[in-house]
Amino acid sequence: MIPVSWYLSLSGILFCIGLYGFLTRRNVIVMFLCIELMLNAANLNFVAFSHYLSDLRGQVLTFFIIAVAAAEAAIGLGIVMALYRNKQTVYSDEINELKG
Amino acid sequence: MLIKSIFLYCALVIITTAILTVRFRNPVHSVLAVLVLFFHMAGLYLLLNAEFLAAVQVIVYAGAILVLYLFVVFLVNVKKEIKTDRFIASYKIAAICSFLVFVLLIAGSRSFLIGPSGKWTIEAVNRITHTKAIGSEIFSTYVLPFEIVALILLVAVIGGILLAKQDKQEDFSIHKKRFPQLKEDNSA
Repeated sequence: MIPVSWYLSLSGILFCIGLYGFLTRRNVIVMFLCIELMLNAANLNFVAFSHYLSDLRGQVLTFFIIAVAAAEAAIGLGIVMALYRNKQTVYSDEINELKG
Repeated sequence: MLIKSIFLYCALVIITTAILTVRFRNPVHSVLAVLVLFFHMAGLYLLLNAEFLAAVQVIVYAGAILVLYLFVVFLVNVKKEIKTDRFIASYKIAAICSFLVFVLLIAGSRSFLIGPSGKWTIEAVNRITHTKAIGSEIFSTYVLPFEIVALILLVAVIGGILLAKQDKQEDFSIHKKRFPQLKEDNSA
C-alpha cells in the first residue's frame, strides 16, 4: 500500500514545476501548457483523496475539472489566435498595450 | 513492492517530462512532453482504482486538448522561437517564489490525516463496476454541477468561434500588410 503522502508530494512537485513555467516562460502557448500541469496536479490530489477516503466525490470533481480545462483550453487558444492575428506575436512581454 | 515500483516509475517520468516541458526551446517538443506526462498520469489513476478517469484522461486530455494545442503551436514561427529567449528577464524571483510554494505544500501535507471512510469501498465499487458507480454519483448527487458544466462548455464553444472568427475585410488588410504589392480588389 502506497502512503498517501507520496501522492501529495508528487502533486506538490508537479504543481510547483507548472507554477515556475507559468511565471517564467515568454511564450503564451507554453504558459497555457503549464496551467494544464497545475490542473493535473490538483486532479492527482483529488483522485488520491478519493481512493484513500473510499468516496467517489474526488473523482466526480476531477471529471468536472477535466471538462473546465477543455473549455479553458478552447477559450485561451482562441485568445492566442486573435492576439497573433492583431499583433503578430505570442510573447507575453511584448504585449504591453491596452489599446492597440 | 510491484505497486510501489510502478508508482516510482510513473512519478519519475512525470517529474522529468514536466521539467522538460518548461525547459524545451521548441513548443512542439513541449507539447509532446506533456503528452507523455498525461499517459503516465493515466497510469497513476489506474493505480488509484479510477479506471474511468484514466480513460477520460487519455481521450480528452491527450486526444482532444493536446491536438488543439498542436494546431495553435503551428501558427507560431518555430524558427524564430528557437532563436529568441525562452524565459523572461526576472526568472530568478519566479524560481524563489515557486520554491517557497513547494516548501509550503510539502510542510502542509505532513500534517494530513485521513478522515473516516466513505461508503464507496473497493468492494462496493467492484460489485456494480466503476463507470456505473461514478455515473450514479454524477447523475444523482451532482446533477446541478453537471448542468453547470454543460453551460460552461456551451459558452466555451460560442466564445471559441467568436474569438477565432476572421472578418473578410480584416483578412484582406492583413494580406496587404504582409504583401504590399497586392492591389485593392474593387470587386469584393
